Amino acid sequence: MKFARPVIVLIGLIVVWQIVVTLTGVQPFILPPPMKVAETLVHRFDVIWPHAQITALEIVLGIVTGTLVGTMSALLMTYFAPARRWLLPVLVISQAVPVFALAPLLVLWLGYGLISKIAMATLIIYFPVTASFFDGLRRTDPGFLDLARTMNASRWTTLTRIRIPAAMPALASGLRVAAAVAPIGAIIGEWVGSSAGLGYLMLHANGRMQIDLLFAALAVLATLAIVLYFAVDIALKRALNWLPDTNPSSD
Amino acid sequence: MNDLASQSFAVSIDAARVAYDGVALFEDLHLTLPARQWTCLLGESGVGKSTLVRLIAGLLPPDSDVTVSCDDGLPLPGRVAYMAQQDLLLPWANVLDNVTLGARLREGRANKETQERARALLARVGLTESARALPATLSGGMRQRAALVRTLMENRPVVVMDEPFSALDAITRVRLQELAADLLRERTVLLVTHDPLEALRLGDRIHVLIGRPARLAEPMELTGPTPRSLRDPAVLSGQADLLERLAGSAAP
Repeated sequence: MKFARPVIVLIGLIVVWQIVVTLTGVQPFILPPPMKVAETLVHRFDVIWPHAQITALEIVLGIVTGTLVGTMSALLMTYFAPARRWLLPVLVISQAVPVFALAPLLVLWLGYGLISKIAMATLIIYFPVTASFFDGLRRTDPGFLDLARTMNASRWTTLTRIRIPAAMPALASGLRVAAAVAPIGAIIGEWVGSSAGLGYLMLHANGRMQIDLLFAALAVLATLAIVLYFAVDIALKRALNWLPDTNPSSD
Repeated sequence: MNDLASQSFAVSIDAARVAYDGVALFEDLHLTLPARQWTCLLGESGVGKSTLVRLIAGLLPPDSDVTVSCDDGLPLPGRVAYMAQQDLLLPWANVLDNVTLGARLREGRANKETQERARALLARVGLTESARALPATLSGGMRQRAALVRTLMENRPVVVMDEPFSALDAITRVRLQELAADLLRERTVLLVTHDPLEALRLGDRIHVLIGRPARLAEPMELTGPTPRSLRDPAVLSGQADLLERLAGSAAP
């Protein structure tokens, strides 16, 4: 049942889609029927796949750099009061300014290639990663720190053996959000200016009224995003196996 | 390593004034922990017992109004181990890693010798089977036994304990008291508790901390080997006596 449920939901959505197409008699270049999209997906897969690889690479590299920059910022903010004062506004601004508004600038500065998309994904996940890890680092059980102090622990081992492990559940929440929103960053970047990637392919197909190709690319993108999210989720659950799950999603 | 644990010295605490949030907790308080004896400190909640323990454990910022000194002239920090009411086991580390935490924090890792000593101690408290288990899978009594082993692994001559058994059920508590009395014999121990019976079973001398700012009453001296039997007439009459003193102090 655990694996069957998502499949049933998916089939249900496709059935609804087909019903809408049949009932409204909408033109295929407005909303193609599911079978036509599936056909295109198979026939044009050689076109879609290289673009999907590029988008996947952008997303994964964006998550990696965003996680690195975010965790480093959180550590700096935890340990150096001046860093806290200077980085906190940066953190808030990074979230307050819409990435959509920055996308054209990033493309202008960093070019049409991978870098601007990675920057976009990094920017979009910087806030959830930094905020969650910073919060976790600040909330270490004071009892653990007392214990470390009576054991003559150094600042370094207190950080690596106590504070970081204790902050991992909070960081994990941030990383789950990051995995869910990172594709948005990459796709926006591709829309604003690129020569490859699923976002580029979708724009291109849209411009030529190849709506079936657009839907096929969208299906691949959704699959990518879902696979990525669950890969991150499973990896985090494995790493944090000591954490009690009081509300397990799989019963 | 054993020379540290076998060091024998008395610890004295002289506090001219200790305030918390502007309220004076102690004024003019003198407490001596005689070498190799169990000193028990009894008092109701909020009287400042934990503050006193934290002071001795070196967990409060240095304060010119408080001096903690040892009669061998050496400083106390680094020679005192601390055990709290909560077991403070790291939930992500297994029992063996938790009891070797001191070595892992100081040297980065626990070497073979440390691990063997940990296993031997775990065997003495009956936790051999649980060495690889995560704390969440253990009962409260097992967790506190692991915390006791972690305290012993520090191998310090002075041990301060802040209500270490108060969260346990009666039977588990009695067993742990016996285990602690056995394993911490020959150390200079300060046991803070709100349970007169616990103090009477384990203590060589018992202080009652009363009032605000708190004063130390004359200690009650006890003789004979510990842990004392629950049927010991001295234990039973002492309990009534101590409860009366505590209740009297609580009256408005």
